[in-house]
Amino acid sequence: MALATIDAAAKRGVTAVQDYAALSGRALGNLFRRPFYRDDIFLQADIIGVGSLPIVILTGFFLGGVLALQSASTLTQFGAAAFTGELVSFSMIKEIGPVVTALMVSGRNASGMASELGSMIVTEQIDAMRALGTDPLKKLVMPRVVATIVMLFFLVILSDGVGILGGGLVSVTMLGQDATQYFHTSWQSLQYPDIIQGLVKPVFFGFIIATIGCFYGLRTRGGTQGVGRSTTQAVVVSSILIIVCDFLISRFLIGIFGR
Amino acid sequence: MTSVATNGATAPQPKAPREPVVVFENVSIGFERKSVLENISFQLGSGEMRILLGPAGVGKSVLLKLCNGLLRPDSGRIFVFGKEISAMREQDLFELRGSIGTVFQEGALFDSLTVRDNVGYRLLEEHISDEEITRRVTEALRFVEMEHTLDKFPSELSGGMRRRVAIARAIVTNPSLILYDSPTGGLDPITSTTIIQLVMKQRDVSHTSSLVVTHRLQDAFVLASHRFNRTTNEMELLPPHQTDPNTSFLMLHQGHLVFDGTTAELIHSSDPFIREYIS
Repeated sequence: MALATIDAAAKRGVTAVQDYAALSGRALGNLFRRPFYRDDIFLQADIIGVGSLPIVILTGFFLGGVLALQSASTLTQFGAAAFTGELVSFSMIKEIGPVVTALMVSGRNASGMASELGSMIVTEQIDAMRALGTDPLKKLVMPRVVATIVMLFFLVILSDGVGILGGGLVSVTMLGQDATQYFHTSWQSLQYPDIIQGLVKPVFFGFIIATIGCFYGLRTRGGTQGVGRSTTQAVVVSSILIIVCDFLISRFLIGIFGR
Repeated sequence: MTSVATNGATAPQPKAPREPVVVFENVSIGFERKSVLENISFQLGSGEMRILLGPAGVGKSVLLKLCNGLLRPDSGRIFVFGKEISAMREQDLFELRGSIGTVFQEGALFDSLTVRDNVGYRLLEEHISDEEITRRVTEALRFVEMEHTLDKFPSELSGGMRRRVAIARAIVTNPSLILYDSPTGGLDPITSTTIIQLVMKQRDVSHTSSLVVTHRLQDAFVLASHRFNRTTNEMELLPPHQTDPNTSFLMLHQGHLVFDGTTAELIHSSDPFIREYIS
């Protein structure tokens, strides 16, 4: 009995991975097939990108501030408080900026995509769309994937900038550091590999957020309760995958660039 | 050409051998190891209406979804307009579905689009001009007497109105085949009659082939025993002992097709299940 349960669960898991791979592959393949839903991409970019601006700016600013606070208290013990700017910019650009921005966007948009597509599934709107001759993967998934990747890329840059600014504000006003020194060390310590690392991550994270959100939305079964379940699963799985993927990308790029 | 009797009623045409629009050959399908339909075989001829009866949960909607390729059979073959849709790629099916209109159980209107955009969805996808879309959508909405709802959203409509808009969406491109999935399910008797009248109007005025799924016997027999009068714009009862020759029945029971025949054959069937079902 226990073996049968494990067997069934394993099969479900393998099937889910297979379905996810198929959905992701078709969503990417649809980029090169007509019709190209340009208007839908702009609409999604507005919802995902512009709609996420307030939370990304707020979290970025306060994360930068708290990083400055925490790192300065440790660095002061070694007489290295002058390196606060370097530490904040390093952490924001390479790790905190991409990961936290992706988690925020995931919480807001992966859940939104899963609930929207899930509701469309339970009310037969997806079937109606297919019956009307439109491929839902092309009309609904592809624009969300493209819009999330592009907008997350710019949101991360914005979050990095606002975070460094927030750290600077805390360092100057609360810790009494010199503004020129803070921004000078922030800028001078950065090298191209650090920036590449920070800009490669949002591309993968954006792909994860959109495909996972759409995947769980399109797999919704069981009415409104099912929609709730899909929404939760989309946020949980995309958050975990973002962090796992962050580790793998970091390890890979550190292996290439040596830092 | 439509044959119209002198009193305005569309006269029932004698049944002749027709080119099949839909062919099911030993079709079976199941979900999670549970068989839903087994060895289903039937045909739907051009201009014919086949009414699919059966208790709730017997697989009527599944059969309809097999018809336009929304589901694929586990075994057997399905032909629509001579093409084997059970062996077609999803990509090719999208094109074929342009000739099939589907009315879903609850209407399945896109809740974020207005009635105009819902009905004209297929036309919008084909990038037809706005004026042309409005003209054709208004025409389709006039057919279901809903032209005043053009700018409303589905949430602003009643259940019956949503169903009528769904019919308009199905007929806007003049499809050669219409699939109705319980078009009167959950509606009050008066609204049900309006919907059945529209289904009959499409059958008798446009002569579109159709497959109607229902578990309401009353609706099925109204369709078989009435015809649409274009002069009065109402349905009327056929003369005594006469039924519509283009309308016939299919009945499902426990995953099997237990009946495939005319109205008279259904009424006089000696099968205990059928007798109990229609009694």
